[in-house]
Amino acid sequence: MAEKMTYVEASREALREAMQADETVWCVGEDLGRGSVFGQYLGLQDEFGADRVVDAPISEAAIMGAAFGAAMVGTRPVVEMRFSDFALCATDELVNQIAKARFMFGGQSRAPMVIRKPTGMWRSSAAQHSQSLESWYTHIPGLVVVCPATPQDNYSLMKAAIAADDPVVYFEHKNIWQMEGEVDRALEVEIGKAAIRCEGSDVTIVSWSDTANLAAQAGEELAGEGIGAEVIDLRSLWPWDKEAVAASVKKTGRLIVAHESVQVGGFGGEVAATIAEAVPGARIRRLGAPRSLIAYAPNLEDQMRVTPNMIKQAAREIAQ
Amino acid sequence: MAESKAESGDNRAHGLALLTMMERIRAFEEHAILAAERDQLVLGAIHPSIGQEACAAGIMQAVRRDDILLSTHRGHGHTLAKGADPLEMFRELLGREGGCCGGKGGSMHIADFNVGMLGANGVVGANITIGAGAAHGLKLLKTDRIAVDIFGDGAVNRGPFLEGLNWAVVFKLPVLFVCEDNQWSATTATRTVTGGDGPGARAAAMGLPVTEVDGNDVEAVARAADEMVARIRAGKGPEFLHARTYRQTGHTSFDPASYRPEGEAERHKAEDDPIARQRAVLLAMGLSSADLDTVHDAAQAEMAALLKQAAATPFPPDNMAFSDVQDIGSPQKEAF
Repeated sequence: MAEKMTYVEASREALREAMQADETVWCVGEDLGRGSVFGQYLGLQDEFGADRVVDAPISEAAIMGAAFGAAMVGTRPVVEMRFSDFALCATDELVNQIAKARFMFGGQSRAPMVIRKPTGMWRSSAAQHSQSLESWYTHIPGLVVVCPATPQDNYSLMKAAIAADDPVVYFEHKNIWQMEGEVDRALEVEIGKAAIRCEGSDVTIVSWSDTANLAAQAGEELAGEGIGAEVIDLRSLWPWDKEAVAASVKKTGRLIVAHESVQVGGFGGEVAATIAEAVPGARIRRLGAPRSLIAYAPNLEDQMRVTPNMIKQAAREIAQ
Repeated sequence: MAESKAESGDNRAHGLALLTMMERIRAFEEHAILAAERDQLVLGAIHPSIGQEACAAGIMQAVRRDDILLSTHRGHGHTLAKGADPLEMFRELLGREGGCCGGKGGSMHIADFNVGMLGANGVVGANITIGAGAAHGLKLLKTDRIAVDIFGDGAVNRGPFLEGLNWAVVFKLPVLFVCEDNQWSATTATRTVTGGDGPGARAAAMGLPVTEVDGNDVEAVARAADEMVARIRAGKGPEFLHARTYRQTGHTSFDPASYRPEGEAERHKAEDDPIARQRAVLLAMGLSSADLDTVHDAAQAEMAALLKQAAATPFPPDNMAFSDVQDIGSPQKEAF
């Protein structure tokens, strides 16, 4: 049975249910007792106590490293990094320690952790609070990378991430915390399976995170122009649903991959190259941010955005 | 009278056990170096702890098998003293099947979770936050187990030292931090790159009770560790042990350490070697040189035989290059 939830409520409900079901699940980060920056933890400290909803010092490396140590002795931490930009202070802990422990120690350890990284542009947050760095983590064997775009996916994928025995880097987009949608608590989503947001036979548009919502909007508007766009929300970048994308592009012969992060070195390049090999002859376009920085002033900030209009224009061009 | 005789017998037995562990650690590492330099069997770097064995032996005798240990790239001694199997350790150094990490970690990532040894670490200081976190987990699980987190003097100049120690104090965690101070940060004298009054002063500034100990006096290390572990296990919060010792070798087994002041290493070997000092203690307790030589010879024979056995073990199966990476998105299913 579906109920209305916002994006921020959805992952909070998923976390709450996981904490109710398993007392080894706990969460740690700055200001969690007051709900954290965006209210992701509102009420959880009252319900579960300060030992399981832990207010940490501003010590990103210790938050990440300590959660990892606690994971290795048998707990299941959910780690809050506040802004994905700040998680860079804990890069050694994530990349050199967490991602590698199971392999380096010959399978003796697991790191069942969810590392939450609020990501993306959120009006006038400037260069250190706006980045989309998800592609970096796809480059690190050992990590799972998840980028939900809707309340339902933020609920179902958070549950899947907490249940996973792998470290899951979990990007929630800051611009859609208040996005409302129907959430069915019984609906399970497997990490690695894409969602077809709208069907079409003329062009395939692949995206993830909030850009998938923009792509879905573009897809609906393109339908009004007589262009059938199949919009695929990858939902996770490692693993990613190559089969769904390849099957769609075999049908449409055209691929647009659109994302908020910088186009150069972005995951769109990986999608484009993989599909170019899998579907010879496919026409392919990438849409990502210019390789510049995200500014404070709105007119400058906007120049770094991939918009529905840009996606539609690319679709019109490629569909010709 | 009978009681004191029994007590002195206990002391002798305890002292002999400490010597035995130090002799085994040294024999292990001497054979590891032979395997690297003479036999070309150890392919990567090894970082010997020769001269520092008193820390491993003295501290590990104070903890239980189910307590947790986090160590450094110079961690063979800690690992062996925690109870790991030296045959599995040799196999690991040689990258062989049946190594404690299946041959995938080598010397710098040696770990044996069966004895609570959750890993040496290739990144200086990284184990400090992890050790604090292991203690955090133990506290959440409401056990009476504790964590021991050993790092070197170089690590006190890294950020995780501040973050990890503060974390342990704030959450009053059951962790013993040990700065095994061998005076050298790789190839640089630590005092030349460290401000203030050293590791103990820094730890004290963050609210940790600090014990300073002669890290080459194994009996003193053991006494300090016993007292600290008892308090930590009783829930009194984290403590900090600063053990001053000396690295008798270079940074790695291949490093001739020519950057050291002339005579420094020789003086330490001649006057301040922890094994020689413990032999003197035991001789004064009435044991004979022959008794102590037996301990030395047994350790050497044990490690020589185990190294031979390890060298006869095959390399791991090729497909292990893809195992134990992750369940979701495993390279066994998709690696590209």
